[in-house]
Amino acid sequence: MKKTQLYVLAAVFAVLGLGAFLYKWQVLRFPVKPVAQTEVWELQARVEFNARRGPHTISLQLPDDPPGFVVLDETLVSRRYGENIERSRDGRTVQWTIRRGNGSEQALYYRATVYRDDHAGSAEPEPRLIAQPAPLYDEPFATARTTLVENAREVSVDAASLGAAIVRAINADPATPEVELLIGNERSAEARALLAQSLLRDQRVRTRVVHGLELTRARTDIELLPFVQVYESDAGEWQTIDPRTGHIGWPDDFFLWSRSDSPVIDADGVGRPLLEFTVQGSLASSLDTARERLESKNKDLVAYSLLGLPLQAQGVYRILLMVPIAAFIMLLLRNLVGVKTFGTFMPVLVALSFRETTLIAGIVLFTLVVSLGLLLRFYLEKLRLLLVPRLTAVLILVVLLMALVSVVSNKLGVEAGLSVALFPMIIMTMTIERMSVTWEERGGAAAVREGAGSLLVAAVAYLVMSWNRLEHLIFVFPELLLVLFAATLLIGRYSGYRLAELFRFRALVHDDPIVSRPAGESAGAVTPATPPASS
Amino acid sequence: MNLLDVARGLRRLGMVGIGQRNAEFVLMYNPRRFYPRVDDKLITKKMALGAGLPVPDLYAVVREEHEIEELHAKLEGREQFVVKPAHGSGGDGILVITGRRGNKYRRSNGQLMPREEFDHHVSNMLSGLFSLGGQPDHVLVEYCVQFDPVFDSVSYKGVPDIRIIVFLGYPVMAMIRLPTRLSDGKANLHQGAIGVGIDLPTGTTRRAVWGRELVSEHPDTEHTIVGLTIPHWDQLLMIAAKACDLSGLGYVGVDIVLDRDRGPLVLELNARPGLAIQMANGNGLLHRLRQVQALEAAGQLSADADERIAFAKANFPTA
Repeated sequence: MKKTQLYVLAAVFAVLGLGAFLYKWQVLRFPVKPVAQTEVWELQARVEFNARRGPHTISLQLPDDPPGFVVLDETLVSRRYGENIERSRDGRTVQWTIRRGNGSEQALYYRATVYRDDHAGSAEPEPRLIAQPAPLYDEPFATARTTLVENAREVSVDAASLGAAIVRAINADPATPEVELLIGNERSAEARALLAQSLLRDQRVRTRVVHGLELTRARTDIELLPFVQVYESDAGEWQTIDPRTGHIGWPDDFFLWSRSDSPVIDADGVGRPLLEFTVQGSLASSLDTARERLESKNKDLVAYSLLGLPLQAQGVYRILLMVPIAAFIMLLLRNLVGVKTFGTFMPVLVALSFRETTLIAGIVLFTLVVSLGLLLRFYLEKLRLLLVPRLTAVLILVVLLMALVSVVSNKLGVEAGLSVALFPMIIMTMTIERMSVTWEERGGAAAVREGAGSLLVAAVAYLVMSWNRLEHLIFVFPELLLVLFAATLLIGRYSGYRLAELFRFRALVHDDPIVSRPAGESAGAVTPATPPASS
Repeated sequence: MNLLDVARGLRRLGMVGIGQRNAEFVLMYNPRRFYPRVDDKLITKKMALGAGLPVPDLYAVVREEHEIEELHAKLEGREQFVVKPAHGSGGDGILVITGRRGNKYRRSNGQLMPREEFDHHVSNMLSGLFSLGGQPDHVLVEYCVQFDPVFDSVSYKGVPDIRIIVFLGYPVMAMIRLPTRLSDGKANLHQGAIGVGIDLPTGTTRRAVWGRELVSEHPDTEHTIVGLTIPHWDQLLMIAAKACDLSGLGYVGVDIVLDRDRGPLVLELNARPGLAIQMANGNGLLHRLRQVQALEAAGQLSADADERIAFAKANFPTA
């Protein structure tokens, strides 16, 4: 088998794994950090009105892909009313209709779950130019308007700064006579926004008033906030102006409800309806929201991923997917470093049980049970039992020892001792057996060294396995195991020295009086050729 | 001490590490299907006999637990014999009996072994305690080598054996392993035997390693172990080269003992030899292996064992 084939294979797996990882991370936006949380808001709009007897229609503007938020889940609650969602150039509207109202108090609801992300709103078409000329106003209104606008024009350079200057003029404190005249005592943000809009319209500036909610904390009495937007034809985008401050820019925590100039709530055939908003914020793990987002895109993608499993099975896979990581750590320590262990996968299994016992307690308990088991095993040796009965006997003793450790530690109030039950007893039995054989054949030092090596590998594997970020990463992106697979393939053909060998052989390099030369040079018959391909 | 320097120095010496041995030689040149020929000493013995290579006589084979009882009857009248697991590795589990005293056996280290203990040991071998994968094994009882007096002064209660690494039929490196008191009479470097590098062209010992230290005298007998000439050296090389052909493996270690009366005898073959031998020779294997690979690449591998040995003698001296 050519090595190139191996490299190609490894490269293919690595690219596959990394590609899938990048796609899920960048496109599907699966979170790479376990603690990543997103803000999730439950919004509710409640429309209350006194229904007339007879047909009537209620229309409510609905959020339509607001920038900075994603709407996940929408429900309309409307007993007996027909509902119809219309999408237009200005956004979405729900129309509730009924032929025979019963004349009592009615409530209709719109509920949505939204969570914060960082996407910009969808591109909007360029608004129409204002065709009709500015209306003619009576005096003294016309002069007041002209004065206001002219003063603002002095200090502005473009549509947005003109809008901001007008808003500041409207908000001037104390109010200028012109503003007093134009809006009188009506000092609400809505009125100021509408005045600013109307003044800008006179200047042929394309402008609109948008409404939205400020999502900063849970509130039951939240109101829609108006913002003035002017269209910058040079940049081709809407600029937002706060009608309260004249500040230009998209406000923080602003959930755009409606960007239509038509009223947010409109009722035909009933008295003035009451619109109330409630918001409830919470934090959800990004994983859940990513899953929901994925689900809303394509149900199968979730159904055929680990996220579609029942929670309990997910918990199992969270651990199972870490086993390859532990095995890989062991591979590194054994084949690159040269640590000696008992059995190939014994350290991995021990590392798994450390998850339950925690590291220090795990090492202490493991050492305790294995040492006691060894003592008993040395005695059993005298009885000359055959292999399988002897193993069974050791197993029985191991189980009893575990129970004993649990009982004693419970009595002493050491809670960690109870978790000894989670050690794999078969593995312990085999470890005791092999350790005692090694002890007899190679001496206690070798046995203890190999035992310590096993524990070291187990400890390192445990530390890596218990790294939360990694566990999350592998669970959410199991395709990363393909990268691990590729790395394993490559190490599978690693032919360099192990770290331990450098120590073992180092005397040859430094203190050795016999300096060897490549043997071919002395004979001269065959020069040591460049290494031929090893296939 | 800079590890990178060490690595570079080892590279220069051509030291082959475990990883390189496994990846480039064992996996590449040793087909899995031929492993039983070397892993099962019974098969090795039969094949060697078939090819006319000298091996120690087989006295008995134990395959089942109940046959242990009959073993004592079969061994009636034999004072000396060796009991070994057919799939043992590294000399583990080998029992060398050099005499009897009543119902007890005397081991090579002088200890007396009661019959029950002997039975227990054989039973452990059968259960696979010493076999490579732990699978149930069978047990060979064979002729106990009477070692050549040339080694009397340099070994402690045991049989020194000669390990020759053969690559594609070419002997590339050799050493002799001398048992010590520490190794309990076993010729296993892990257990404390001395490894002595042998110069391939002349068959004389050059350099000895005990554990990690360089020695020139046997620690138990105080006799010099450098500069000894191995008797029957050419014959040994020939046996090694032929045994390699026989095994079907490309990279193989051949273990040979020298018997006082019968000359060289093949003890066993090893499919994964070769790290400690480099320490004993103070020389890496890689340069030598590469030379043979160069022959292979040039299509000049010889089928004639004499030619191969001549090449080895000309090219692979141990300084």
